[in-house]
Amino acid sequence: MVTFQEISPADFFYRNRDIAGFTNPSRAIFASVRELVENSLDSADQMSITPEVYVRLSEENSGTAAESGNGVYRLKIMDNGSGISARHIPSAFGQVLFGSKYTLKQARGTFGLGGTMAILYGQITTHKPVLVKSSTGTSKIYEYKLMIDIQRNRPLILDRKTRRNKEQWRGTIVEYSLEGDYLRAMSKILEYLKQTALVTPYADIRFVDPKGRLYMFSRATKKMPPPPTETLAHPYGVDVETIQRLIRVTNCRNLLDFMRKHFHRVGQGTSLSFLDFAGFIKAATPQRLKPEDVTKLVETVNKHKKFRKFFSTVSEEEIKASLKKTKSQNMIDFMKASFPNVDRTIILRLLSSAGFVRTKNPRKLKPSEIVRLVRMMKRFPDFLPPDASCLSPLGEDLLRTGILKELKPEFIAVSQRKPSTYAGHPFIVESAIAYGGDIPKKDDFVVYRFANRIPLLYDEASDVSVKVIRSINWRRYKVSSGMPIAILVHVCSTKVPYKTVGKEFIADRPEVKSEILNGIREVARRLQTFLSKQEHRAKEKRRLSVFSKYLPKIARFSTDLAGKEKEPNIELLLKSVSKFEEQGA
Amino acid sequence: MKSKEPESSAKKKSEKVLKDLRGFGSNLYGQMEKGKFPWVEMPSRSTENIFYSPDVRQYILGDKSVKRSARNIRHIKPFTQMVWAGFFASELVKNRKTSTLRDVYYSAQAYEMSFKDQPESNNIITDLETTTGFAREDFNVFPEERSAIFGDLTIEYTVPGYEGKQLNLTSHPDGVMIGPSLVSSEFAKTGCDKVIAIEKGGLFTRFIEERVHEKFNALLVLTAGQAPRATRHFLNRLNRELELPVFIFTDGDPWGMHIAMVIISGSANAAHLRGLTTPDAKWGGVYATDIVDYKLPSDPLTEVDIKRLHELTKDPRYTGDLWKREIKTFLKIKKKAEQEAFSRYGLTYIVDKYLPAKLEEMAD
Repeated sequence: MVTFQEISPADFFYRNRDIAGFTNPSRAIFASVRELVENSLDSADQMSITPEVYVRLSEENSGTAAESGNGVYRLKIMDNGSGISARHIPSAFGQVLFGSKYTLKQARGTFGLGGTMAILYGQITTHKPVLVKSSTGTSKIYEYKLMIDIQRNRPLILDRKTRRNKEQWRGTIVEYSLEGDYLRAMSKILEYLKQTALVTPYADIRFVDPKGRLYMFSRATKKMPPPPTETLAHPYGVDVETIQRLIRVTNCRNLLDFMRKHFHRVGQGTSLSFLDFAGFIKAATPQRLKPEDVTKLVETVNKHKKFRKFFSTVSEEEIKASLKKTKSQNMIDFMKASFPNVDRTIILRLLSSAGFVRTKNPRKLKPSEIVRLVRMMKRFPDFLPPDASCLSPLGEDLLRTGILKELKPEFIAVSQRKPSTYAGHPFIVESAIAYGGDIPKKDDFVVYRFANRIPLLYDEASDVSVKVIRSINWRRYKVSSGMPIAILVHVCSTKVPYKTVGKEFIADRPEVKSEILNGIREVARRLQTFLSKQEHRAKEKRRLSVFSKYLPKIARFSTDLAGKEKEPNIELLLKSVSKFEEQGA
Repeated sequence: MKSKEPESSAKKKSEKVLKDLRGFGSNLYGQMEKGKFPWVEMPSRSTENIFYSPDVRQYILGDKSVKRSARNIRHIKPFTQMVWAGFFASELVKNRKTSTLRDVYYSAQAYEMSFKDQPESNNIITDLETTTGFAREDFNVFPEERSAIFGDLTIEYTVPGYEGKQLNLTSHPDGVMIGPSLVSSEFAKTGCDKVIAIEKGGLFTRFIEERVHEKFNALLVLTAGQAPRATRHFLNRLNRELELPVFIFTDGDPWGMHIAMVIISGSANAAHLRGLTTPDAKWGGVYATDIVDYKLPSDPLTEVDIKRLHELTKDPRYTGDLWKREIKTFLKIKKKAEQEAFSRYGLTYIVDKYLPAKLEEMAD
């Protein structure tokens, strides 16, 4: 007999923790550190506070993990972020898919999944509760001891305390136990922290590892990128479900207002044009117009300067006369026939102002109409592209600061592309190339990949940036193998096209791919200029050394041959070598 | 006996060498004093600038010249090496020391002028030859000695410690090595009326044993294969200063024939030099026709031999009737014979029968 049962989201992730990156003890400990650090950074960013994050990983029942590295660890993360209000603490840490990030603006996390997933993982491997302390800077600090009821996806509060917040501390402390393998995860964790420090140069990150070693990633600047603003959905990016949800909550009575109010960068004009394009506009029939309607039309024209400009010659008599003759079935066609030189959008605006067009109440749309609406949204060519105010790229200056801080290169070029979109999601690509300094000389480039300021460390070969880098003919940019070169690609988006929930690599979206390619090319060209100059300098140095090696010898032997006492002065000749070299270049 | 020509004086020659080297150095010195990058111009030695001159009867360089300038990054190293070589040569001549190409290669290292390899240093010496017009022997740079001379010629040494000392070249029965001391010596007197040059050591010894020098009143010269440049120069002097006709005897194959030809007309490699050829010298055999006429024991020509013969037919030096005839005969009979092949008729046959017949034939 087949049995059906519902499972909770917590249960689902419990059973499928692989998809969130908790594959094995070493991946799990890495993912735990990462998820909680990201939450901390996000909570400080949201408040425009320069983040201070302290991470401590220690061994529980010390000695058990000594040989294999596999053991039980206690993870503590402390930040100076926004803090969480008392009533949200249990759900934020004890309920999967509860979070502050279900909005359309850029943040490191997107699902409200990672942090709780880390805690869930700790619970299932050690069966111990999590301790959460938080304050939003009020007079109180709240302390919770929580566990997750996995089957019901509900927090279980084991203990709750309230303390006085004398020092007005603000932030969150999370502490819990988990099974993991630090020895095998160590290099990834350190690499993750280093890259996080690189892409968050305004953050102070400290990490104490189980051996008691302190790693400090100090901030290099107090400047922060401007915070992103929340944004409406863009018509290109919505699906039927989104429309249905909007219809349920909207108080708009017609589609015209509905489009304007719930979609990103859609105004009166765009809304009219789109609904006209999609066939959702019903215009009055010319033959049924009453004399007072004609009067109203002419009045509307005269009232607004924007219409007078186009319809200045109109008079009631003329319109009435042509109305009698016309065969047009609706006012739009009639107006278009009468004023062939006037743009259709203007006509739509006029008729709309005069009240001759109607659109349906969104609540009354039939399912087939909703599907048509969505389909037409994707086809309509004149929606404005989403603006990037909902994005928070790092900016060229901060990117440069971060790279200088962590890699100390000889040369650096950074580029921020203009905002672009894929499937209605805005995105910005930032790229950088660094040469020399702490970058190792390897056959291949060191590639740093970031998405919404998260370092991506796994599955490099599958990532779109790596594919783009491989597709470039680097010899064109005077780059040869064995050069100490690091390439950095940062994709910011309200929806980063990850391939997996584990946030490890970015998928091949053609729009994203081409932006990455252009970004890398831009910095590669600047690297080429640098390398050419360097090559030129090296060549000149070699040249000069050749001349200064041989000219004195020629002088000496000629003097001897000629039987002279004093050698000729060759200083001027040596000087002129570098001079005519510059002229030749 | 003829009187010596004044220019033959080895002493005068070395004075001229020193004077020209000083001029070479002064020229460069002057250029640098004027604030210019030193440079020299010399005839190009590239193959398209090497021509055979029927008038001079040897290879000569054409009108093309190359400019070597210290201003050019690719030239400055070889240029410096050449100036150094000039300096080194002038030291040798001044101090009357001799040296070899190998010495030159190693000496350079003492001046931080390392040559990449022996060919590079050889090439620089050749550059100096081309620029100054002197042969390396004039700079006291000699090849390894392997050729020898025997016969009634009295020479007078000019080398340090032997100045004025005389030697008759019959004094040692193995012959006297043609080395720097001999080459730089003056000719005092001779009773000979011809020079016989022989390719191989065995035959040279036989000729001495059989007293060819007395019987034919000849100076015997062993070339020991391809004659070294010092030996070719020496033959030139014997011919020019003492007016002795030169007869050459080699193996009967294309290589032997070419040994004779290089003595007579020189090589393309030495197109920039004069005084290394003896245009009036004559090749006496072994001819291809001798192989037939004397029924000599022979070996078949190899593919390489035949290829070489075809090359020689296109060589501008091989225009005389004798040469054409012999090349044709070689290609016809496809056989070759060594000088020793005459021993088939007894050890003295070559001296008793063949040599007189040949000398008579060539005297015509």
